[in-house]
Amino acid sequence: MNKTVNPTDLQLDDDGPLYAARKKVYPQSVSGTFRRTKWGLMAFCLGVYYLLPFVRWNRGLGAPDQAVLVDLPNSRFYFFFIELWPQEVYYFTGLLIVAALTLFLMNAVGGRIWCGYLCPQTVWTDLFYAVERWVEGDRRERMRKDAAKGTITLRRAGEIALKHSIWLMIAWWTGGAWVLYFTDAPTLVWQLLTFQAPMIAYIWIGILTATTYVFAGWMREQVCVYMCPWPRIQAALTDEWALNVTYKYDRGEARTSLKKASELRALGQPVGDCIDCYQCVAVCPTGIDIRNGPQLDCIQCGLCIDACDTVMTKIGRETRLIGYDNDINIHRRQEGKPPIYRIVRPRTITYAAMIVAVGAIMLYALLTRSLLDVNVLHDRNPVAVKLSDGSIRNAYTVRLLNKRGFDRVIAIDVDGPINATLHVVGADSVTQDRPMIILARDTTTELRLLVTAPAENNPEKSVPVNFRVTDIGLGEVASATDHFVSP
Amino acid sequence: MTEHSDIDHVSGTSTTGHEWDGIRELNTPLPRWWVITFYLTIVWAIGYWIVYPAWPLLWSHTTGIWNYSTRAEVATELANLEKIRGDKMVALGAAPLEEIEKNPALLALARARGKTVFGDNCAPCHGSGGAGAKGYPNLNDDEWLWGGSLDQIMQTIQFGARSGHQKAHEGAMLAFGKEGVLKKDEIVTVANYVRSLSGLSTAGGYNAAAGAKIFADNCASCHGDNGKGNQELGAPNLTDKIWLYGSDEATLVETISNGRAGVMPAWVGRLDPSTIKALTVYVHSLGGGQ
Ligand code: SF4
Ligand code: SF4
Repeated sequence: MNKTVNPTDLQLDDDGPLYAARKKVYPQSVSGTFRRTKWGLMAFCLGVYYLLPFVRWNRGLGAPDQAVLVDLPNSRFYFFFIELWPQEVYYFTGLLIVAALTLFLMNAVGGRIWCGYLCPQTVWTDLFYAVERWVEGDRRERMRKDAAKGTITLRRAGEIALKHSIWLMIAWWTGGAWVLYFTDAPTLVWQLLTFQAPMIAYIWIGILTATTYVFAGWMREQVCVYMCPWPRIQAALTDEWALNVTYKYDRGEARTSLKKASELRALGQPVGDCIDCYQCVAVCPTGIDIRNGPQLDCIQCGLCIDACDTVMTKIGRETRLIGYDNDINIHRRQEGKPPIYRIVRPRTITYAAMIVAVGAIMLYALLTRSLLDVNVLHDRNPVAVKLSDGSIRNAYTVRLLNKRGFDRVIAIDVDGPINATLHVVGADSVTQDRPMIILARDTTTELRLLVTAPAENNPEKSVPVNFRVTDIGLGEVASATDHFVSP
Repeated sequence: MTEHSDIDHVSGTSTTGHEWDGIRELNTPLPRWWVITFYLTIVWAIGYWIVYPAWPLLWSHTTGIWNYSTRAEVATELANLEKIRGDKMVALGAAPLEEIEKNPALLALARARGKTVFGDNCAPCHGSGGAGAKGYPNLNDDEWLWGGSLDQIMQTIQFGARSGHQKAHEGAMLAFGKEGVLKKDEIVTVANYVRSLSGLSTAGGYNAAAGAKIFADNCASCHGDNGKGNQELGAPNLTDKIWLYGSDEATLVETISNGRAGVMPAWVGRLDPSTIKALTVYVHSLGGGQ
C-alpha cells in the first residue's frame, strides 16, 4: 500500500520497553450521512436490546407471557409465537448458520459494515464516546484537558466523576437488561429494586456491567484490533469486488495545501484533491489514516467519509474523495474508464441463495413441527424375552412429549408382528384394548411398553414395529419406528 | 545471527537484529495492557497456589488456606441428595406395594431407585437388565419359581431361597442318581418324558408309559401330577418353554442325577425396607410381574 515511512519516527534503540503504551484516540465529532445512519442504527439496536424483555405475549394459562424468554429452569425458549424445547436446538444451529451467512453476504457486499454499524462493541463504544464528548467536550478540549494532567481542578475532577458514573450507569443497565431475558422481566425488576432477586442475577449484572464498562469505556478500539478474530477471518473471506472505505488516491494524490492547489490549478498543472487537512484522521475512532490504504484497524464506520465530504463541500470540490469503493475502480478511473459496481455476482448470489435455502428449511420445519411427539428406545438388556408359553416379548422405553399447554388423553397403538399385544406399564386405563395415558401439559412422560408376539407368529428375525400415539380429543397423531427381535 | 538492529524497509519498523535463514524479526512491542494482563495471570497463579491445594508433598499435599477439597464437596452434595431423597423414600416406604404402581410419581421413584440398587446388588447373578443366566432366573419373563406377585417377589428378596435365613424359601431338587433312588436308564427315560411334557422331541424308542410311571412315583410330589410345578416348593413348571438350566436330554439327566439347589441370598438387614420395596416394584415392572 501507499504507506509512507518517516525514518525519524522509528525507534532504533534495542533497550526500548517490552511493551508499547497505547496511543489514546480522540475522535472528533462529525456530521453527515454515515454519522446519521450510525445514530439511527444505534437507537434501534439499543432500543431492541433494552426494551424487548418487556414486550408481553399472551400464551394462555400456565405459560409465561413474555415475548422473548430463555426459561433455563424449565429448558424452554420462547420467541413470540414460537416455543422451543431442548431437543429442538437445531433451530438455533440454523439461526447461527443464517447469521454467519448473512455476515459473509454483508462482507461480500460492503466489507466490514457489521463492524462499523452493528457490532455491539462499536455501538456501545460509540455511545460511550457520545457521553464523553458531552461531558468533556470535543477532540481538542479533551486533548487539552488530558495534557493538563498535573493541575486537576475541582471542575475537572467533577467532569471525570460525572463521565464515569454515566458510563457505569449505562453498563449497569446493559447487564440489567441481559438478565431480564431469563425470567419474567417486570417481576425481576421489582425483585432487583427490593434486593430480593436471586444471587445469580446480581452476579450476571456484575459481570456485564464490568465488561461493558471496561470494553466500551477503556478498551474501545483495542478490542477490534487485538481481541476480535473477525478482522482476520474477514480478510480471508473478502474479494476484490467488495466495497470498502477507500481513499481514492487516483483523485487525492499528490496532496498539497489548499492554497498551493489553487495556484497549481491556475497554472493548469495536475494536482490532487486531498488538501492534507487530517480531518479524516481526526474523526477516526480507531485513530488510523485511511489514506495509507486498507488496514486491519479500520472498522469501516464511514465517519472519515463524512469528514472528508464536509471538507470537499467547503473547498468546492466533488465529494467522496473517500467513499465505499474498491481498487478495481481506482485502476479503471486511472485508465479513463467509468467505475463499475458489481453487487450481484456469483459470490453474493451463492450466499443469498444459501440464506434463503436454510431459512426455508427452518421455516418448513417450524410450520410442520408437531406438538405431540414420541421417541422409542429398545431395551438392550435383555433384547428379547421368551415367555412360558413360548411367545416372545420385547420391551421399549417410550418418551412422549406434549408440547401443548393443556393435559391430553393419548391412546397408544402398535403395528408390529402379527397378533402382537401391547402392554403399557402404568397405563392409566385401557379402553377398547387400547392403553390410554394422560399426558400432563408441557411435559415429557416416560413409559415402559411391552410388546408380545404369540409363539405361532414368532418372527424369524427382526421385524419393524411402529408405535402410534393418538390424541383422543384433537386427533393429532405421532409415531416412531423401532424393531422387534427374537432371542 | 546478527546482533545489530536495523530498519525493515517494507514495513518501516525496526528489527530486533535477530535473523534466521534470512528471516528477520520485527521489533513489534506488545500493547501495554496485554503485558499487564500477562503479569496478572502470574500473580493469579501464585494466589491460586496459596488458596487452593496445589503442591504435592512427599506423603500428602499442601491444603491451601481454605482447606478446600473436592472430596469433601462431593460428600456434602451426596449428603444433601440423601436428605432430599430421604423424604421421598419415606413416602415410598409408607405406601402399600399396590399403591406404588398406581401412583406415577412413586412408580418412577421406585423404578429409578430399584434400578440402581439392582445394578449394585442383583446384577452379578441376574445380569444388569435382569436377563438371568443358566441357573439364575430371568426376571423379565413370566416364569416364577417362588411366585411373581408383588408380595411374593418381596418375600423372595427379603429372605432369599436356601439362604440360611429362617424364613427363606426351602426345598431342593433331589439327586435321584447320586442318592441311588433311580437307575441310569430310568433317569434317561424320565428325562425324555419331561421333555415331552413341554412339547419337545423325544429320543427314538423311549418308553413313554415307563417314563410317566417313574414321574408319577418320584417327581409328581413336587412338580405336580401333570408337571405344572409348585411355587410353594420352588418346583418349576415343566410344561412351559422356560428352562432354568437347559432343556436338552443331557442337561436333564444331569439335573435329575445330581439335583439342583440354587441359592438366593436374603437381603433383609442388608437393604433398608423402603429400598427393598423399590426393588420389588422394579423387578415386578420388568414385565413378568403377576
Ligand atoms: S478509517 Fe474511516 S472508516 Fe475506517 S475506522 Fe477510521 S473513520 Fe472509520
Ligand atoms: S479529510 Fe479528505 S482532504 Fe482532509 S486529509 Fe483526509 S482525505 Fe485529505
